[in-house]
Amino acid sequence: MPTADLFTAFAVAAARQPGAIAVVDPDRGSVTFGELEALATRIHGLLALRGVRPGDRVAIHVQKSIEGIAAILGVLRAGAVYIPVDPHGPVPRNAFIMHDCGVALAIVERTLQPLLAPELATIGADIPLELVELGRDGGGVSNMPGRDGPAPAPVARGADDLAYVLYTSGSTGRPKGVMLTHGNALSFVGWCAGVFAPTPADRFSSHAPFHFDLSILDLFLPLTRGSTLVLVSHEVGKDPARIAELVAAHALTVWYSAPSILTLLAAHGAPAPLAFPSLRLVLFAGEVFPVKHLRALQRRLPHPRYFNLYGPTETNVCTYHEIPPDIPEERTDPYPIGRTCENLMARVVAPDLGDTARGEEGELLISGPNVMVGYWGLEEQSARAFVSGPDGRRWYRTGDLVVEAPDGTFTFRGRRDRMVKKRGYRVELGEVEACVLTHPAVAEAAVVASATEDGVRITAVIASRDGGRISLIALKRHCAERVPLYMVPDQFLFVPALPRTSTDKTDYQRIQEMA
Amino acid sequence: MEDTQRIVKDFILAQFLPGEDPAALEPTTPLVTSAILDSLATMRLVSFLEERFGIQVEAHEASVDNLNTLDLITALVRSKR
Repeated sequence: MPTADLFTAFAVAAARQPGAIAVVDPDRGSVTFGELEALATRIHGLLALRGVRPGDRVAIHVQKSIEGIAAILGVLRAGAVYIPVDPHGPVPRNAFIMHDCGVALAIVERTLQPLLAPELATIGADIPLELVELGRDGGGVSNMPGRDGPAPAPVARGADDLAYVLYTSGSTGRPKGVMLTHGNALSFVGWCAGVFAPTPADRFSSHAPFHFDLSILDLFLPLTRGSTLVLVSHEVGKDPARIAELVAAHALTVWYSAPSILTLLAAHGAPAPLAFPSLRLVLFAGEVFPVKHLRALQRRLPHPRYFNLYGPTETNVCTYHEIPPDIPEERTDPYPIGRTCENLMARVVAPDLGDTARGEEGELLISGPNVMVGYWGLEEQSARAFVSGPDGRRWYRTGDLVVEAPDGTFTFRGRRDRMVKKRGYRVELGEVEACVLTHPAVAEAAVVASATEDGVRITAVIASRDGGRISLIALKRHCAERVPLYMVPDQFLFVPALPRTSTDKTDYQRIQEMA
Repeated sequence: MEDTQRIVKDFILAQFLPGEDPAALEPTTPLVTSAILDSLATMRLVSFLEERFGIQVEAHEASVDNLNTLDLITALVRSKR
């Protein structure tokens, strides 16, 4: 019988090779599979002591670290659901997320507590906090909250039980929680194992923070297959020169991130040609990789295989495409998002939800074991996210417009709504608009996105109350206190009044032209 | 020192805050944590500092701890000269 929950899948790998290195934190040390399991057991002991029960939600508000991974595994061992909350995110948003999904307890890095605790009090969220100190010795037991003594037995979970909830940008101005089960994650990880064939000799980068869906592959593929995970810190992860040092120094074999950081690596990574002899796979996901930059990277680093992975948080990865070696000089179109993953099914439908003929543009629908349960506490939005097919199956509406080629390969054409991807993150332009509108000097605002050579640029077009300019610094600071940095507009334009259509709606087409 | 800060301030205003009232950019205005400088802008700023002041900024120094305000950037440049 296949393993039904994530912790058991990890424990099976840990039992096979307890002495192998599971996680390396380049600045702070490493832990073996056996040590990591022991840390998770301590966390479980603590959660049991605090009354956390199977199915309860537990927030993980810790930067990427051995301690954070142990906490996630401890929560899963207890049969609880982990809620990763961005340690660099705006405090009100973080507090909202914890309150929204009713966490029973939050595991919080000590330095984050002074701002978080009063915010939780302000919104009336009575959430006990367990503090983690990230000391110099990564994963040292002394840093960890936990409980020694007889450990409770791991709580087995079924494929349909929730494993984690990932919050993404919501169009109405509040983030929404995507609920994913053990079965969703294991199906995805199993598919990855089939295609990328990880072995205990592999060393994976872990670039994505815990709250970003790319982290599911980073964490659970190596940890369930006995490979090593090498953490890329928040600071290193933004700096191509330091990334190049890290890939070389730790002989990484698999890199996975959004294209934006790979673009920087191609352009600014190192003065000498990049030479990472160990690197065998470069995986990217989250947004379109401009071909010019992908080609530059491939020329500097020709030997790994390159894969474009596509999928919203709601489905995990659902299509994939291997980039051919030697991208031709004349190619300017981005590569396709590829063919359907072998464990899923895809359809392309017209606006009336009827199937399109092959080759016609339509919305991509996905069905299969990777697909989420729904959005936490949002029944109506959850219902709208799915349609039932003629076959009686539940199909998730990705909102992405695609065209299917005769060989079954999908090409991304755009969105049917106002969501964009920036640095791999989803941004609902409506949420950015709602944020800009809370500035007291703003009377009207419309937010649009445009593609540039360096990626997506978000522009806010604003009519102020007194008709004049508003300080850019004031606007940026206002937004940065309320939404994650990748959602803060890059550009602000000021107009006396927003352009209107003949039916008196905001004229987004003209606003798009202004941007 | 003041001269260094003025040069950096002029660069940031011209490159990243077109049209901004110079008085709004104070020595302690957060730059990285308020999205005025993203990672690309930070790299451009570091290249500018290296060239303009003839200094070498190591990769690990190009962090929010050293670049988040005009005061911090000025201190970084000063420590290198």
